[in-house]
Amino acid sequence: MSERLIGILTDSFTKILIPGVKVTIPLTIISFSISLVIAVIMAMVQYANVPVLKQFARFYIWIVRGTPLLVQLFVIFFGLPSLGILLNPFPAAIIVFSLNTGAYDAENIRAAIEAVPKGQIEAGYSVGLSYMQIMFHIVLPQALRTAFPPLSNSLISLVKDTSLAANITVVEMFMATQRIVARTYEPLWLYIEVALIYLIFCTVLTKVQSVCEKRLRALD
Amino acid sequence: MLKVTGITKSFGDTSVLKGVDIEVHKGDVIAILGSSGSGKTTLLRCMNFLEKADGGELVFDNESFTLSHMRHKDIIRLRKKTGFVFQNYNLFRNKTALENVTIGLTVARKEDKKKAEEIGLKMLKKVGLEDRAHFYPNELSGGQQQRVAIARALATNPEVIFFDEPTSALDPELIGEVLEVMKELAKEGMTMVVVTHELNFAKNVANTIVFMEDGKILQKASSKEFFTDQKNDRIKEFLRMINNND
Repeated sequence: MSERLIGILTDSFTKILIPGVKVTIPLTIISFSISLVIAVIMAMVQYANVPVLKQFARFYIWIVRGTPLLVQLFVIFFGLPSLGILLNPFPAAIIVFSLNTGAYDAENIRAAIEAVPKGQIEAGYSVGLSYMQIMFHIVLPQALRTAFPPLSNSLISLVKDTSLAANITVVEMFMATQRIVARTYEPLWLYIEVALIYLIFCTVLTKVQSVCEKRLRALD
Repeated sequence: MLKVTGITKSFGDTSVLKGVDIEVHKGDVIAILGSSGSGKTTLLRCMNFLEKADGGELVFDNESFTLSHMRHKDIIRLRKKTGFVFQNYNLFRNKTALENVTIGLTVARKEDKKKAEEIGLKMLKKVGLEDRAHFYPNELSGGQQQRVAIARALATNPEVIFFDEPTSALDPELIGEVLEVMKELAKEGMTMVVVTHELNFAKNVANTIVFMEDGKILQKASSKEFFTDQKNDRIKEFLRMINNND
């Protein structure tokens, strides 16, 4: 490796990492948090069989899971302006990633809620709890524990999927890398470098996940 | 105190309860006996609205209700006067023993947390498990879990506790500790309706025996009458079969 290349790589490391910390990570955390709220609501209206809302949830999940994430980004960012709805890149990305991850997580959480034994709900009724109290104090805490591994997976996927936001001009890690490549013509090593930074992010998350799972298992 | 009349219930085409009357007075310990599939458990569950009965009337503390048309609000209100102990304990898996016992007070009845914990510890002490207050259900044996479940039912100071085969899921050596707790409650005057296969408990603790067969009550008698002066051939056979199994 030439001295010039080493210079480029060390110089670019912070130039990639900073948008990583300033854009990729917030984009992931905000989107994931919103997606969890969406997912819990969508899972619950299906589980509780709420008319209309249940059909709406099925429809939403069907659309989101059946279309490519990249296309969804384009529709929201490049398509909506035709209807007079102009969004900045970052909020547009948040909307798409939240809705997309929310649809997948809704299915994970719904499966986990259904796995909570009926006896838990009956016991809740027997001590005088209402349906909503049973949901929030008994069923959801247990379901989220069951859903923890698949939810961790979707968080890790989301970290990498945020790179697609480069296509709608969000200056996150991948976009930052592309810009450096355009200046220096070192695509191989620079793309490997950004890949390694994604790998570091995901490795940290995987470690955190396994520590949490060990703690949760102690309660099972 | 509690009276149901003409209760009926079907699951699909199968008629499980075919018009059952049962009356519970304060201080009663009623044992419901009968072979599997006779409708004992369904009767108990209908009385606590865990199953919706197809027909029948219920009178609780001089208030009358039609079982097939109960208002949700009334169901919640009536359940707060009762306790229920399940065959499989059904302790909340995400709560400690103490939280299991107090949730009916803190969440369902919005009572002060400190006071609820005091009551909770008192109830756990009553079932001999105050040293297990901060254990999770999976850290307790079946017998201990069922005793916590009894403490949970007791905590809200119910007028009656329903027991649905409380010892059927337990290893034989753990049955005794649960029956001992129930015996103690009966002695203190707790009103109890117990679906059970434990003939000794029925004989020694219950004051009334209800024998069910094919969705109906075949016999209702005092426990003494039932066990020492049994005239019904079918019940005699049932008692003989169970005693042979022991």
